[in-house]
Amino acid sequence: MTAVNLGKVFKYLILVVLAIVFLMPVYVIIVTSLKPLDEVSLDQMWALPSSIDFSSYTEAFANLAPNFMNSIYLVIPATILSALLGGMNGYVLSKWKFKGADTLFTVILFGMFIPYQSILIPLIQFLRTIELYNTIPGLILVHVVYGLPITTLMFRNFYANIPDQMIEAAKIDGASFLGIFRHIMIPLSITGFVVVAIWQFTNIWNEFLFAVTITTSDQQPIMVALQNLSGSQIVQWNVQMAGALIAALPTLLVYIFLGKYFVRGLLAGSVKG
Amino acid sequence: MANTINGKRKRFSKDQWTAIAFLIPSLILIFIFVYGFIGWTGYVSVSNYNSLVPDFSFAGLKNYLYLFNDFRFQADLRNTLFFTVLFIGLVIVLGIGIAILIDQKLKGESIFRNIFLFPMALSFVVTGVVWQWLLNPSTGFNQFLKVFGIQPKWYTDTNILAGFEWGSIEFGLPVAIIAVVIAAVWQMTGFSLAMYLAGLRGIPDELREAARMDGASEFQIYRKIVLPMLLPITMSVVIIMAHISLKIFDLIYAMTGPGANFVTDVPGVYMFETTFRGNYYANGAAIAIIMLLLVAVFIVPYLWNSRKGDQ
Repeated sequence: MTAVNLGKVFKYLILVVLAIVFLMPVYVIIVTSLKPLDEVSLDQMWALPSSIDFSSYTEAFANLAPNFMNSIYLVIPATILSALLGGMNGYVLSKWKFKGADTLFTVILFGMFIPYQSILIPLIQFLRTIELYNTIPGLILVHVVYGLPITTLMFRNFYANIPDQMIEAAKIDGASFLGIFRHIMIPLSITGFVVVAIWQFTNIWNEFLFAVTITTSDQQPIMVALQNLSGSQIVQWNVQMAGALIAALPTLLVYIFLGKYFVRGLLAGSVKG
Repeated sequence: MANTINGKRKRFSKDQWTAIAFLIPSLILIFIFVYGFIGWTGYVSVSNYNSLVPDFSFAGLKNYLYLFNDFRFQADLRNTLFFTVLFIGLVIVLGIGIAILIDQKLKGESIFRNIFLFPMALSFVVTGVVWQWLLNPSTGFNQFLKVFGIQPKWYTDTNILAGFEWGSIEFGLPVAIIAVVIAAVWQMTGFSLAMYLAGLRGIPDELREAARMDGASEFQIYRKIVLPMLLPITMSVVIIMAHISLKIFDLIYAMTGPGANFVTDVPGVYMFETTFRGNYYANGAAIAIIMLLLVAVFIVPYLWNSRKGDQ
């Protein structure tokens, strides 16, 4: 009996120690960002603030607010569009399979693994040609296109679980391709849409490479602004910490409130259904 | 499945054509933006386009040869190798370890799971900015380590462990890369943890119960039954982590940059700087193509296998 308990205590001990290590960055972010400027010295990084001071947040917010809004304008349409297109593709590739459909699916899927460096130079030339370079709509287009593989994958896996008989029955009742999508598939895949939307929201919000190469100054999303903030010599690191928290907040909130769906997306994107 | 569809092929209904018509825009986009652009990058990589003025005259493999003789690119390949091995190894060991501990039906397992998973929701840029301070030699963890009298230089360390001359560089483990690995592991362990937890949940209790009845110890059950059953998941984790590691850019760019003597440089950072800061488009394109080939070595067999598994 005591041996069992000791084992349990030991397991808890390991988990608690690991959890503390994992949470240390959070502690430092919060503590530092709440310190008044005169307490921000390198050797007192771990000390609690003597009084709570929000000036770091005011300063970080003043710096990041326009870019925060850029990210909002980017992420909402890009998420909706890529979820809709992915839903349609997943529907076709699972319920309207034709000869070569599986091969085409693999061809699409490859697009989610490529290093985006390998398409970046032509992409920028192309965006310049169609005059979408350095615009939010340009970034939306990019995220919708390169989001196609993952959203198609997620919906295809999701729709594979909807029985074919249901579709057959609807066809016999005279339902059309679009009718089945609207009246059967979409209502049955609300969860799928939530999972895909959360996944795309998180990825697009957090993305950096496209953001830093396709947009400059005024048009830049939040992550580029955060990186600029941390690279600048003038800004104190309590402001950087506050900035990091502001930039991370939307995806953190999504994780806290909809974490279950986030994890489902994570698994859906990696395990072939 | 495939048979019923083939059976119906003769009467390709109007709806079937509509279905294909709806797929076509996405296919066109993928063909242009993925395959077309990769081809275009390949074309740039064998051109003389190494300034602001486009010059698409054929350069053969000149840019590739330049890179393989380049000190910085050699350092990048070395760093990528050590980063990838350490990163994947730690993510797997921590992921399995924590998953097994959490799967013991301990109280508060969901709290632990959430703590280990939340960094997954963050941007690599956020991680980079924060860990840059945590592993700064004069702040962060070194404040604690003072007690033990050790003060690692973390990402500012320019030493190469067990180094020997190789090409123009010293080959060996760049100490500075360990700091970047720590940050990356902190962020990505949640991924393998989630995968392994799902895997463990998929192993029926009866299986372990039966082994227990046969007198197997807990340790034997894990070694002989559970770990082998997690092998396919480990394969997936290795592939996904490998492709993240081979194309990593934002974490390193935000946390350390190339580092002194390029000790924390990787192809992703080099490609970005040489293309968009130096206007060496052809060299940048060549780096990108090499990155793509490295990723393809892992991904193409993986996709091939999962496609075969589909049928």
